[in-house]
Amino acid sequence: MSLDKATVAHIAMLARIRVEDAEQTVLAGELSGILGWIEQLSEVKTDGVEPMTSAVDTTLLRREDKMTDGGVQEKVLANAPATTEGFFVVPKVVE
Amino acid sequence: MAVIQGATGDWEMVIGLEVHAQVTSNSKLFSGAATSFGAAPNTQVSLVDAAMPGMLPVINRYCIEQAIRTGLGLKAKINLHSVFDRKNYFYADLPQGYQISQFLQPIVGEGVVTLDMGEGVTREIGITRLHLEQDAGKSLHDQHPSQSYVDLNRSGIALMEIVSEPDLRSPEEVAAYLRKIRTIVRYLGTCDGNMDEGSMRADVNVSMRRPGEEYGTRCEIKNINSIRFAQQAINYEARRQVDILEDGGAIAQETRLFDSRKGETRSMRSKEESHDYRYFPDPDLLPLVLTQEEVDAIEATLPELPDAKKARLIADYGIGDYEAGVLVADRVRADFFEAVAKNRDSKLAANWVIGEFFGALNKAEKEISISPVDADALGGLLDLISDDTISGRIAKDVFEVMFETGKSAADIVEEKGLKQVTDTGAIEEMIQAVLDANEDKVEQYKGGKDKLFGFFVGQVMKASGGKANPKAVNEILRAKLGG
Repeated sequence: MSLDKATVAHIAMLARIRVEDAEQTVLAGELSGILGWIEQLSEVKTDGVEPMTSAVDTTLLRREDKMTDGGVQEKVLANAPATTEGFFVVPKVVE
Repeated sequence: MAVIQGATGDWEMVIGLEVHAQVTSNSKLFSGAATSFGAAPNTQVSLVDAAMPGMLPVINRYCIEQAIRTGLGLKAKINLHSVFDRKNYFYADLPQGYQISQFLQPIVGEGVVTLDMGEGVTREIGITRLHLEQDAGKSLHDQHPSQSYVDLNRSGIALMEIVSEPDLRSPEEVAAYLRKIRTIVRYLGTCDGNMDEGSMRADVNVSMRRPGEEYGTRCEIKNINSIRFAQQAINYEARRQVDILEDGGAIAQETRLFDSRKGETRSMRSKEESHDYRYFPDPDLLPLVLTQEEVDAIEATLPELPDAKKARLIADYGIGDYEAGVLVADRVRADFFEAVAKNRDSKLAANWVIGEFFGALNKAEKEISISPVDADALGGLLDLISDDTISGRIAKDVFEVMFETGKSAADIVEEKGLKQVTDTGAIEEMIQAVLDANEDKVEQYKGGKDKLFGFFVGQVMKASGGKANPKAVNEILRAKLGG
């Protein structure tokens, strides 16, 4: 499988990463190489093999429905570029 | 089926719903932060909800049980193996940059909901699936001209997304469906169903087709937060699509939003490019594996659900389909009725509970829990009607006083001297006095003016202050006038 430049531009947009035009061609080549390498795995016969979801034999841990966290407004807001009255403040995002 | 008549023929609405129901729980789906509504901004946020680096989600067992309970209430298949996926998109109130949801393998599969459309007509609506996911935070756009304010208190609260088949055919069916889902989750205690607080919201998919033909292209109207708005949005959207189709145009599949002030839907252009959600299994979470025993144990604790309760009320109390439907729409109301009807005339109880009692509650904008008249008190009033202590008409006056003062019916009747007069001698005297005072009308009656009988009854009742037993008045009056 190989990626073209337009697909790379689309992926970059979805990931909100700015990729200059010249870089897109280079990345298309590199990503195609990675995909090709991964595709080799599909040559392994896996019929009847359960998908492995963890390297250790464990199940999804469940916690009790108790309020044990929160109440840390200052910490939550600590890295925000702007706040007011306990809210994050961001450029207007509405239509 | 709602048919829209266009210039070129009839069009049929095809509607499917995605209902987002907030799970009733103390803490969030993957963190221990609180879930209550209306707290100060960003005070019910853990570092998991704020998506700080290195924080890991740990699932809330109660939320899993609530999803199973809801699935069972929707008569749906519970999947013993389900998987959490990341749904990737960027938005200011989604700090993770993805929503943890379930895509290919949801916890609940196909089910069915029965709608009661009145006059004995029912409709079966297919449920496609129910899955667990995280709610997003909340953005406030109206506080500042160029900025949005973000509160993450809602971020990470457990949601159940209940997806229906495109089986709905009219705004009325959509309203009935939303009410039914709300009733079911309230009976189960899995969601409070409060649409005005946003704990239940719906995305509505609408398309139009010629009756009986293939489905057309649909539009999705996002985030509807009232049943009335859902109906308005569907009516507007159906008309808009028919106008396009009749002009020979094609519907563009898109996400739209409903403007409740203008009563119209409009395209949400920002959503167009973001439909590529790149779902993949969340590497932070193992698959959710349930045992059949676990599911059975939850099933054993389910309360009686609205359909079963309705059938039982009709069978046990001999009340009508309509009355039973009104009563079971709210579990508390159905319980109230049963408490009143127990060991009493159940039809009289149904009439009083639905008529006078619900009427008074609505007028006072009160819930049953704070009603000044409880089931015992209303029952006491009905007992006085049944044993002929007071007439039904006087009972309405007594009820009004009960609702205002909280006093018992017996005390009010005693205080105001409202006891019905059943002493035939006393009634006969009153009747004679009325007849003597209206000799001219007695002559007219005897001359064939039958309608005057009602006039005499009215005069006697008035003379007795409404306290004369109406049955006795009728009998004695008829005997006197007939003679």
